[in-house]
Amino acid sequence: MQLILEKRAQASDVMNLLSPVLAILITVVMGGLIFAAMGKPPLTALYLYFIDPLTSWWSIEEVLVKAGPLVLIGVGLAVCFKANVWNIGAEGQLTVGALMGAIIPVLWGEWQSPLALLAMLCLGALGGALFALIPAWLKTHFGVNEILTSLMLVYIAQLLLDWFVRGPWKDPNGYNFPKSVSFEGWHLLPMWGDGRMHLGLVVALGAALVLFWIMRHTLKGFEIKVVGSAPRAGAFAGFSQTKTVWFCFALSGGLAGLAGLIEVAGPIGQLQPHISPNYGFTAIIVAFLGRLNPLGVIFAGILLAISYIGGEGIQIELGISSKITQMFQGMLLFFILMCDTLILYRLKWISAKPNQHTVGHTS
Amino acid sequence: MLHKSNNDAQSTLLQVKNISKKFGDFYANDMLNLSIETGKVHALLGENGAGKSTLVKMMYGALQPTSGSIHWQGQHVSIDSPAHARNLGIGMVFQHFSLFEALTVAENISLALPAQLRQGDLSQRIADLSQDYGLPLNPAALVADLSVGERQRIEIVRCLLQQPKLLIMDEPTAVLTPQEAQALFSTLRRLVEEGCAVLYISHRLEEVKQICHDATILRHGKLVAEVDPQVETAATLAQLMVGASVHQVSRDANDQVGDVLLELSHLYKGSSTPFGVDLVDVNLQVKSGEILAIAGVAGNGQGELFSVISGEECNPNQNFISLLGQISDGLNINQRRCLGAAFVPEERMGHSAVEHLSLTDNILLSRHACIDTESSLDLGWLGIDRNQLAHLNKVIGIDYDVRKSKEDAIAGSLSGGNLQKFVVGRELNRQPKVLVINQPTWGVDAGAAALIRQAVVDLSRQGSAILIISQDLDEIFELADTIAVMSRGQLSPTYAAGDLSREQIGLMMAGSHERSAQGSGA
Repeated sequence: MQLILEKRAQASDVMNLLSPVLAILITVVMGGLIFAAMGKPPLTALYLYFIDPLTSWWSIEEVLVKAGPLVLIGVGLAVCFKANVWNIGAEGQLTVGALMGAIIPVLWGEWQSPLALLAMLCLGALGGALFALIPAWLKTHFGVNEILTSLMLVYIAQLLLDWFVRGPWKDPNGYNFPKSVSFEGWHLLPMWGDGRMHLGLVVALGAALVLFWIMRHTLKGFEIKVVGSAPRAGAFAGFSQTKTVWFCFALSGGLAGLAGLIEVAGPIGQLQPHISPNYGFTAIIVAFLGRLNPLGVIFAGILLAISYIGGEGIQIELGISSKITQMFQGMLLFFILMCDTLILYRLKWISAKPNQHTVGHTS
Repeated sequence: MLHKSNNDAQSTLLQVKNISKKFGDFYANDMLNLSIETGKVHALLGENGAGKSTLVKMMYGALQPTSGSIHWQGQHVSIDSPAHARNLGIGMVFQHFSLFEALTVAENISLALPAQLRQGDLSQRIADLSQDYGLPLNPAALVADLSVGERQRIEIVRCLLQQPKLLIMDEPTAVLTPQEAQALFSTLRRLVEEGCAVLYISHRLEEVKQICHDATILRHGKLVAEVDPQVETAATLAQLMVGASVHQVSRDANDQVGDVLLELSHLYKGSSTPFGVDLVDVNLQVKSGEILAIAGVAGNGQGELFSVISGEECNPNQNFISLLGQISDGLNINQRRCLGAAFVPEERMGHSAVEHLSLTDNILLSRHACIDTESSLDLGWLGIDRNQLAHLNKVIGIDYDVRKSKEDAIAGSLSGGNLQKFVVGRELNRQPKVLVINQPTWGVDAGAAALIRQAVVDLSRQGSAILIISQDLDEIFELADTIAVMSRGQLSPTYAAGDLSREQIGLMMAGSHERSAQGSGA
C-alpha cells in the first residue's frame, strides 16, 4: 500500500471551505500534544487558550479590539493576494500610517475638532498607501520581487518610528521615556463599552463589507481576479497588470496605515516604539484562513484575535510563555497551506500491482 | 526469459489487447486492440479527443491502463515508466518538445540519455547519425537559434541514438513546412527498411496515404476501423474519423471588396521576450469583404504580430497600424475594440478564456469596455449587468451551437471545439468590422472547425475585413482570398489565393522571400 496525491479534475469547492476547518483541528490537536509534552494538562490548556476568552464580557471586548486591526489589514491583503500581488509588509505600512496620522496630535496639539480626527484617519491611510507604493514602484519599473522589498521595508518603518519617539517627537514632559505626548480629546477615537471598544471596529466591518461587494459584484473585482489567475487573459481583456499592482498595494497599504493610526489613536493613545503585536504579519494568516474572501476574513480575524488573548490567559494561569501565541499562529498558517493542497489534489491509497509480469530487460 | 511466445506471427512487435483507460467515469480508451508489425509504418488516426494520445502514453509507460494488456515481442509486459519503455526499445517523439533553449543540441541530447550512452564523443555520434539519416544537425548549435523543424530533428536523433525497435511519432508534421515533411518521410522510410516499426499519429490524411502501411482509426475512445490506407481515399478516411460527412464551407466569389480597413505599413517591433521573434518591415492591407490569411510555421512571429495588431502590446508614438482609417498604435486593446475590431488569440485556456470562470464571466472578459450591447455591461458601483450577460450567453450558445453541461457552465468544462465556438461566437456576435483570428481551428474537431470557418466567411461577405493567422494550409486554401507567408518575423508580399501553389507557400515558409540583408535578428 502506498499513499499518493492524485490531481483532481477540477478544484474542489468543498475542500476550499473544509481546508481551514481541518487546519484548525490539526492545530488544536498538535497544540494539545505540545502542551502535554511541556507537562501541562492539555485539555485545560486548550480550554484556557480557545474557550476561556469567550466566557466573560471584558475578554470578548478584548478579542474584538484585537480583531479590528486584523480584519482591516486582512481584507486589504485578501484582495492583494487574489490579484497574485504579494504584499508581506503590512506591518511596515501600519507603522508609517500611525506616524503620519500622529502629525496632528504631535505638531498641532491645539487643533481640537472632529475634523482633526478625520484628518488623522486620512493621513494614516495616506501614509500606509504611500509607503506601500515603494515596493509597487520597484516591482513595476525594475521587476524587483515585491515579497522581498515589502518585507524589508517593515524594518525601515519600525526603525523610523523608533527614531521619532526617541528623538524629535519625544514628549518633553515624559521623563525621558521613548513616547510621544498623550493624544487627547478629538485626537482619540470615540470609545464605548468598558472603555476599550472603539470606532475602529466599525471601520473594519465597513471595509470588509465594501470590499466584499467590490470583489463579488463589480468590474474592478472581476479585473483583480482575472489578472491574478490568468495574466494573459487579463491583457486580452485590456486590464493592466501594472495598474493592478499599484491599486492593490495602495489599497492594502492604505488599510494597514489606517489600522496603525486606529491603534495609536485608540487603545494606545500615543506613539511608542512598539505599537503592534505583529498585526501586519498575523493578518497574512487571517487573509488565507478567510479564504481571501472579505467576509471570511471577519471570522478568521476573530479567531486569530482569540489566539492573542488566549496566549495571555494561558501565561497567567499556567505560566506558559505567551510566545505560544506565535507558535499557534505559525502552526495554523503551516497547516492551512498544507490542507490547501487538498483543494487541487486528493489523497489516494494505491495497492501494489496485482500481477507483475514484467519482462526482463535482457531478452 | 522462458516465457513462451503465444503469438505465431514472428513479425508482430507490439500488440495491445482489449486495453481500456478510464478517467473518472469517462472512458478515454475503450477495449482497444492494435498490433504493430516490424518494418511497417502504422497510422493511428482520429480527431482531437479521440483517445490517440492516451493510447500511446500507455504504450510509452506514461500512463497505466485500467484494464487490458500490452504484449511486446509476444510477451506480456507492464510498462511502468518511459524509462522502462526505452529499455524495451520504444522511442517517442512528442508533439511538444522538451528542450532547453539556452543549451546546445549536444547538451540537450546528453541530458536525456542513459549514462552508458553518454560515453565517448557524443557530438561526433550525433553529427554522424544525423548526417546518415538525412537529418542535418550541428551538435554545437544553441537550441534557441533553431527552427521548429530542426528542434524536431533533435528529438528524433535522441530517440535513434538508443536504437529503438519502435518509434512513436505524435503529429510530427504539424510544425513542418511541406518540404521539411517530405524530408522526414524519407527518414521514416529508411528506418522502416532497416526493420524498425513506426507508429505514426496524425489527422492529415494525405500524408497517411503517402507513407503508412496500416491504419487504425479511433473515434470517442473506441476503435472504429482497421484499414489499408493505400486502398482508401482521403474522403473515406475522413468519414471514418468523423463518423459523418463533413460540412463543406461554401464561399461566394467576393465582388464586394471595398475600403482598406486594416493596414500595417513598415511595421518594426523588437521582441519583448528573450527568445521571441522581432518583426521586420511588415506590410499588409485587408479590405472590407476580404479574407487575408497569413501562413507560416508556428513560432515565426505570428504571436508577436497578433499582440501588436490587437493592442495587447501598444506602442504610442508610432504610426504603423491603421484600423478603420485611424492610426491605432497608441490605442489599447479595448480602444481598438471600440473602433470596431475584434480579436481571437491562439490559446484558448488562459488567453481568450479563463478556465475556471463561468461562460458569462468569459463574455465579460472581452465585452466589458464597449457598448455594442443594448447598454453597458459595466454598471460601476452597482455591479455588472448579469441579465444581459445571461442573454448574450444564450444567444451565442444557440447561434454557434455551443454544447455545454449547463447554461452557464465553467469554461474549462467545455471541450476544445465547443470552447472555440464560444470564443469565436463571443466576438462575431458583435458584428466586428475588423476581425483578427490566430489559428481559428487549432485542436478543434472537424464539425466545429467547419462551423467556425463558415461563420468567418459569412462575416467577410457582410463587409468585414478579416485577417487569419494559420498553420493549416487546407484551412487557408478553404478560406482565403489573399495569402501572405510569415517566416522569421518577415512577411512576404500578398498574393491572390489562386496564384499560389502549396509548394510555393512551402518555399516561402522556409524563407525564400526574406530579405537576406536584414536577417532574423535571432
